[in-house]
Amino acid sequence: MTEYTFLIPLLPLFAFIMIVFFTRWKEMFSALLSIAMILAAWVMSVVILIETLGRIDEPFQWAYKFVNLPNFVLEIGTLVDPLTAVMLVVVTTVGACVEIYSVGYMHNDPRFSRFFAYLSLFLFSMLGLVVANNFFMIFIFWELVGLTSYLLIGFWFEKKSAADACKKAFITTRVGDLGFLVGLFMIGIYFGTFNYGGVFEIAGSGVIPAGILTAAAIFVFCGAVGKSAQWPLHVWLPDAMEGPTPVSALIHAATMVAAGVYLVARSMPLFVTSAEASLVVAIIGLITSFMAASIGLVQNDIKRILAYSTVSQLGYMIMALGLYGYDTAQGHHSPGFYAGTFHLMTHAFFKGLLFLGAGSVIHAVHTNDIQEMGGLARKMKLTAPTFMIASLSIAGIFPLSGFWSKDEIVAAASHYPIFLIGTLAIAFMTAFYMWRLCFLTFFGEPRDQHRFDHAHESPKNMTYPLVFLAVLSICAGWVGLPWIHKGFATFVYHGEAYEPHANYLLMAISLIVGLSGIYLAYLMYYKKSISADAMAEKFKGLYKLLYNKYYFDEIYQKVVIDPVMAFAGLMWKFDANVIDGAVNGTGWLTIKWSDIKEWFDTWIVDGAVNGCGWVVRQGANILRFMQTGSMQFYALFIAVLVVLFGLYKFEVKFLKIGWPTVTIIFILGVTLLALLTRITQIKFKANRRTDGEE
Amino acid sequence: MEFKLPDYNLWLMLPELFLFVWALLVFTFDLVTKRKKESAVGYSALLGLLLTGLILALVWTGVLVPGKANGYGSGFGNMFYNDAMALFFKIIFLGAAFMAIGSSFGITRQKIVNHRGEFYGLILLSTVGMMFLSSSNELLSLYIGLELTTIPLFVLAAFFKDNKLSVEAGMKYFVIGAFSSALLLYGLSFLYGLSGTTEIVQMKINLGLVHATIRDIGVILIMGVVMMVAGIGFKLALPPFHQWAPDVYEGSPTPIAAFLSVGSKAAGLVAFAKIFVNGLIVFYDPLQAPNDWGTLVGVIAVLAMVIGNVVAIRQSNIKRMLAYSSIAQAGYIMIGMVSLNEHGLASVGYYIFAYMFANMGAFAAVAIFEDKTGSCQIESYRGLAKSSPFLSVTLAVFLLSLAGIPPLAGFLAKYKVFAAAISMATADADYSWLYWLVGVGLLTAVFSLFYYANVIKQMFFSTEDSPYKIKFALPSLVVLLMGLVGVFWFGIFPEPVLDLASDISAAFGFLPR
Repeated sequence: MTEYTFLIPLLPLFAFIMIVFFTRWKEMFSALLSIAMILAAWVMSVVILIETLGRIDEPFQWAYKFVNLPNFVLEIGTLVDPLTAVMLVVVTTVGACVEIYSVGYMHNDPRFSRFFAYLSLFLFSMLGLVVANNFFMIFIFWELVGLTSYLLIGFWFEKKSAADACKKAFITTRVGDLGFLVGLFMIGIYFGTFNYGGVFEIAGSGVIPAGILTAAAIFVFCGAVGKSAQWPLHVWLPDAMEGPTPVSALIHAATMVAAGVYLVARSMPLFVTSAEASLVVAIIGLITSFMAASIGLVQNDIKRILAYSTVSQLGYMIMALGLYGYDTAQGHHSPGFYAGTFHLMTHAFFKGLLFLGAGSVIHAVHTNDIQEMGGLARKMKLTAPTFMIASLSIAGIFPLSGFWSKDEIVAAASHYPIFLIGTLAIAFMTAFYMWRLCFLTFFGEPRDQHRFDHAHESPKNMTYPLVFLAVLSICAGWVGLPWIHKGFATFVYHGEAYEPHANYLLMAISLIVGLSGIYLAYLMYYKKSISADAMAEKFKGLYKLLYNKYYFDEIYQKVVIDPVMAFAGLMWKFDANVIDGAVNGTGWLTIKWSDIKEWFDTWIVDGAVNGCGWVVRQGANILRFMQTGSMQFYALFIAVLVVLFGLYKFEVKFLKIGWPTVTIIFILGVTLLALLTRITQIKFKANRRTDGEE
Repeated sequence: MEFKLPDYNLWLMLPELFLFVWALLVFTFDLVTKRKKESAVGYSALLGLLLTGLILALVWTGVLVPGKANGYGSGFGNMFYNDAMALFFKIIFLGAAFMAIGSSFGITRQKIVNHRGEFYGLILLSTVGMMFLSSSNELLSLYIGLELTTIPLFVLAAFFKDNKLSVEAGMKYFVIGAFSSALLLYGLSFLYGLSGTTEIVQMKINLGLVHATIRDIGVILIMGVVMMVAGIGFKLALPPFHQWAPDVYEGSPTPIAAFLSVGSKAAGLVAFAKIFVNGLIVFYDPLQAPNDWGTLVGVIAVLAMVIGNVVAIRQSNIKRMLAYSSIAQAGYIMIGMVSLNEHGLASVGYYIFAYMFANMGAFAAVAIFEDKTGSCQIESYRGLAKSSPFLSVTLAVFLLSLAGIPPLAGFLAKYKVFAAAISMATADADYSWLYWLVGVGLLTAVFSLFYYANVIKQMFFSTEDSPYKIKFALPSLVVLLMGLVGVFWFGIFPEPVLDLASDISAAFGFLPR
């Protein structure tokens, strides 16, 4: 099955193409098609994971040289190693849950089919990103996930906040992507290849100067900073919550934002050659994680709390990977790589669950503000317990999955006092704000009786994915228990396998920290023995700073956006005065010229002008009539035939299947096209003038 | 560094420049005469074509080119290049335009009252585009030539502004045309990206070098090849890019349909020959798979012959029938095109020459009939032989020439392309797939007799009497006679044309062994 990995991204792509071109009028059919494709991809991913378990040390690589010029090679290919296999399963699992969930969440939306088309396009891009075997290809898919994220954040583009948020997300991540692109150029110039294996071999051989390696690694990391919403480019992710909640769960919690972590993990051989670059990574991760967790303490929007939590957890992973690179560059052993990727996996499940649960809550009460909720546990018998399981998991409570992965990150940070204190503080804050959220949402008395009365449990196709993800949130961590020898650590590793050993002291400390965070939240928001308002009043300055998210948006507005807008205004003035002046002069000449023409027209072309209005009206009628003609079909036919001819030519080299197979595919393709036109009931007016038989 | 201005050699371009100026004169002439003189505009356009032909002859024999013995050579910094192919196809273009204009007099008298100048002027401008195209020497001027050819034709196809079929034809032609142009341009950009040059000869060298050094250039080229085949396939109305043709031919004014089926098609052939047979000749061979184009075009030729000839049988509208017939004829021409030896391009040249006379003649006869009766249905032709014997006989001759009956020119044309393919196939076992093309060609030629003979049957062997008695104007008579003489004369005495045509092969470097 592994050799067919390239099919996995193509399955959602197929769904996308079919929905966009053919089935978008059939809403439920489109959704089912999309779900069927992702389930097929999920099955393949699981099989590939099982196959990969059997050959951990021999990554499968398949590549086709797309352009093969003497000094420039571009490949399309797949690389399947344990990291890829794990990511495939994570992406397809969360993707399948989210798509099933969306059937309920998005019902009655006027753009229902389009939503599933976009989701499928996103999954294509994300899976392509995961299976890519070279930096060039990953960059293409990197941009594609950015595009689909833009489309989905702005899915309800009538809302101004959504339209603004998608622009903000696109432009902010683009800043990081610029860095990635520079890194890509450096790799192209200094390494002469984009293939992962080739690049890493050259990086490890020591022929490249250390400065270049550091610079290339940091530039590549820039891409991860943008996509994974790391400080200082984290500002887009909370705003991205304007998108539909399933999108937040899939893209802005579980998969796309994890792409940055994946990129760092994938490029680890590059980072271990440079201690400086790795240290930068670790520090950025720590700053991000701490900052986001502290902002999360005081927010009131349920999705924004989760968004800051996501930023914080991503920072956690990035920090772990950075520490691993730093340690390894200096010749020490470290569990960081395993910890970061392990947490990537467990986080995807419980954070996806949290978002889907939040979506279920929002679906029930129609507000995002947790201050207007309360007591919902009585009404939502499935959403509340699953949400609390995920909250326990993210708080790092034994024996849920978050405990095991978080524990390893603490272990990775344990040699560096600042990082250790930082990670524990973050763990404490995480437990606190998550349980603040839980207590305010699900317990106590309803603070808005009207909303509470209308609240209801969500339909089954929304709650079943929650249950499934809840099971994973409990169990997924058990593959990395420190007592089992063939666990996650010996599966996904870099360099030589790291044997985890149970450090009971650290486990106990991190468990105590998590429990104390929960206990503080319990005291403040359930028993109310400590007044939250009094605390806010006492630390007023700090509270305002956190509540306003350290004023990052305002600073960026003043430092970046305003100067750019001012400059644009200046250019506009130039245009208005200098260029328009020239244009107006030309206009004056034109008017004079047209005066002459008018005379000419009046006296010479008179007869032709009279009928003009009539002809335009008739022309419009005829044009409207023609819009239903079969021209579109002709163009579609040409396009499809170009693709089919291209495939036919491709076949010789690429698929190594013979003439007869291609002919059959060809005929099937055309038949399918004809059938689909019938299914979708596009009435081609070509029947009007059929060939022959008149 | 000394900077040298490119050698413009404007003399070489004289026919084009002259015709361009003349087209503008035709535009204004109609205004100056206040649209009163019914036929004067048309005659002026015909005169312009005759004068252009004269100038072409003078340029070619070197009379008008200072310091040179003949009209071969390059101008405008090598962007404009006159060779045997340019000469040959310019004759075709001028001839096709002449016959199209000659058969338009009826239409301009009855239907196009206020826009005669535009009608004729646009035909001339399209012809200028074709002539530039046939002299282009690099991808950009080739593409621009192709656009210059096509854009006036969009307008011409929609010329009956109050006839919805005509407007639909124009719109269809325009949208599909723009779509294919985009494909073609995309394909050309791939060629540029791979070779770093737009000059076709240089491109051939660069691609050859890349090819010789690494053998395996990847699949990047096939995307270009497929898109260029689609783009040019549209101009040639080759299946599967042919669907627009019947609708457009049916809707547009009949002389324009004729001009589309001959002039535009010849322009597409020139573009194909320049890009593929010259520029991408290294990639002809199936051994270069998947970048090869030979078999791909072979498959398309087979599709063209089968689809064109089979579907034509069921047509009841003679313009749609001739449209499918011209699709099939393009298939035959492509057999010659994929035969890369000294006979290949020569047979293509001769074929298009014979096809011009027969097809333009057939369309002219249809146009004359349509002007009088307003019908294009084949059944309207019943019993025409009794009431209008001359028209019936000429139409029958043209159809028989299209079907390939000796001693008419169409027979020799088919023979030549088949012979070229067979000589290629026998010379090397690698090319034995060309036998298949010949086989399909022979088989479908039999089919074609079916629908051509059906029209003749309606005219000559129907017991009914035709209510129509057709009289026609002098220009139409000239066109019919010209076609008649062409198919007979060049069928019986083909040597001068064959000599000219084999110069095309020689110009592409296919010399007799």
